[in-house]
Amino acid sequence: MTALTLPQSDLTTGRNAAAQFVGDVWVLTKRSIARIRNEPETLSNVTIQPVMFVLMFAYVFGGAIGIGGGAYHSYLIGGMLGMSLAQTAPGTAVAVVSDMSTGLIDRFRSLPMSRAAVLTARTIADLLTQVIGAVVVAAVGLAIGWRIDNGIGNAIEAFALALLFGYAFTWAGVCLGMVLRSPEAAQQTGFIIFLPLTFVSSAFVPTQSMPGWLQPVAEWNPMTSLAAATRQLFGNPNPAAAVHAWPEQHAALAVVCWSAAMLAVFAPLAVRLYRNKGR
Amino acid sequence: MSEEPAIVAEGLVKCFGKTRALDGLDLTVPRGTVYGLLGPNGAGKTTCVRVLSTLIKPDSGTARIFGSDVAASAQAVRKTIGLTGQYAALDEYLTGRANLIMIGQLSRLTAKAAKRRADELLERFGLTDAAGRAVKTYSGGMRRRLDLAASLISHPQVLFLDEPTTGLDPSARALMWDIVRQLVADGTTLLLTTQYLDEADQLASRIAVIDTGKVIAEGAPADLKASVGGQRLLLTLAEESDAAVAAQVLAPFATGLITPDEHSRILEVSVIASDGLATEVVRALDTAGVKVSDIAVRTASLDDVFLTLTGHVAEENKTS
Repeated sequence: MTALTLPQSDLTTGRNAAAQFVGDVWVLTKRSIARIRNEPETLSNVTIQPVMFVLMFAYVFGGAIGIGGGAYHSYLIGGMLGMSLAQTAPGTAVAVVSDMSTGLIDRFRSLPMSRAAVLTARTIADLLTQVIGAVVVAAVGLAIGWRIDNGIGNAIEAFALALLFGYAFTWAGVCLGMVLRSPEAAQQTGFIIFLPLTFVSSAFVPTQSMPGWLQPVAEWNPMTSLAAATRQLFGNPNPAAAVHAWPEQHAALAVVCWSAAMLAVFAPLAVRLYRNKGR
Repeated sequence: MSEEPAIVAEGLVKCFGKTRALDGLDLTVPRGTVYGLLGPNGAGKTTCVRVLSTLIKPDSGTARIFGSDVAASAQAVRKTIGLTGQYAALDEYLTGRANLIMIGQLSRLTAKAAKRRADELLERFGLTDAAGRAVKTYSGGMRRRLDLAASLISHPQVLFLDEPTTGLDPSARALMWDIVRQLVADGTTLLLTTQYLDEADQLASRIAVIDTGKVIAEGAPADLKASVGGQRLLLTLAEESDAAVAAQVLAPFATGLITPDEHSRILEVSVIASDGLATEVVRALDTAGVKVSDIAVRTASLDDVFLTLTGHVAEENKTS
């Protein structure tokens, strides 16, 4: 039986649970990054797509959208940032469904590893792709004439808020991936959820231009809060400042509250769904 | 060390909707042995392995691996087991080596130990040349070997092999069998599910035959075979017309009734095994003037066991 046992120096079992969790997450995040290196085209949703949308809104629709003072090119980037980050969530769902449908997840579930690590690593890898998305949106924004007009400190705060918001959506994407059965279903359901979420908001048009019955919906849409908060922090045109609803008046706080609420609901739910998978 | 067997399962029940996949399954697997779970598709073999490897919880009943309960002490159980399922549990986009290192680290090995073990196992399973390639470029046999290597990375004391050779060609299957024999020689306990009777016969020192979620027979392969009639005598006569005479001559040797087929030169008879049986039979037939063109004595196969116990043949053709 001696051949069966490994020396204690080869094992990490002596480390505490938190260190083991971080180690597991790191190992699995590297796995997701290796996948991206292998298939860089999976990054198109945070590279080509945002460039396309910025150019389309700036040069096709933008001229027809009145924002009540200020340049549409400057207005656009705050909304674009929110859209580019939140719309990575269906991609997260697709990745989770694909993972769950392979035998690999059964192996992970039979290992003495942390239950939450698989999903957390997925969200960390997707957060890294969101950073790429934020950089791309900012770069193409600068190219079309968008500027940071309120100091670099506020701009950093704006990006941090956008990434927090994007990260919270990633956990929603994980839950979606856990309850759906095929990558196609995840893609389509994601589209159905995230399209109205993005467009019934102030991401691309001021909420004041919408019919009265729709305005409260748009005003309380988390996407509207993020667009308003980032526009304010960048010093860009922000028509939402004239709206008296609470999320517009406290946009940054609203983003933090929305994100915290989503994390509090979706992260534990995702881990619970993972634990019970196949029961 | 206590006398606790490697695996003990008592009254396992698991339902999926209206289907009782496990229906009061009992199992005891001694340490350091290869134990075969034999049964047709849908008998409950995979569900049994999934319960024992902590992937699903039983609805009732208990199971212990080296004394640790699979439901209550799942993390402790996971430290002692390895699992190779029916489908390769690997990341298609990572290289073979990266897969092993990842699974090693997740099995609580340090990065250094995981790399060392990965290289050892790649060497041992003849995968060193393919180590730097993405798994999606591997053949079926290579995937199975890498998958098995992944299960072994942390030196599990109990290894579950769920249909390890289903879909493999004969040479890949032979290689898998060699690996299994090496593992048990190293002291690992193996629980092997298979629908191939010859595989269970070749590898397992004990076998449980499962049907509809229950163990319907258990024992060493030789005992199971003996239980359905010991040995079989196969006789090919030179002349069809001698069949009736031959049947009379054979009657004292047979354990059952002989019903000769007048249109066949072949007689198959259950007999009591004894040394020099064939010689005695030939001599007796010769005395009676019956010419024999061929005679063979074979042990009852697990196919015979299976047919006798379940009333249907093993469904090998479904996957081969």
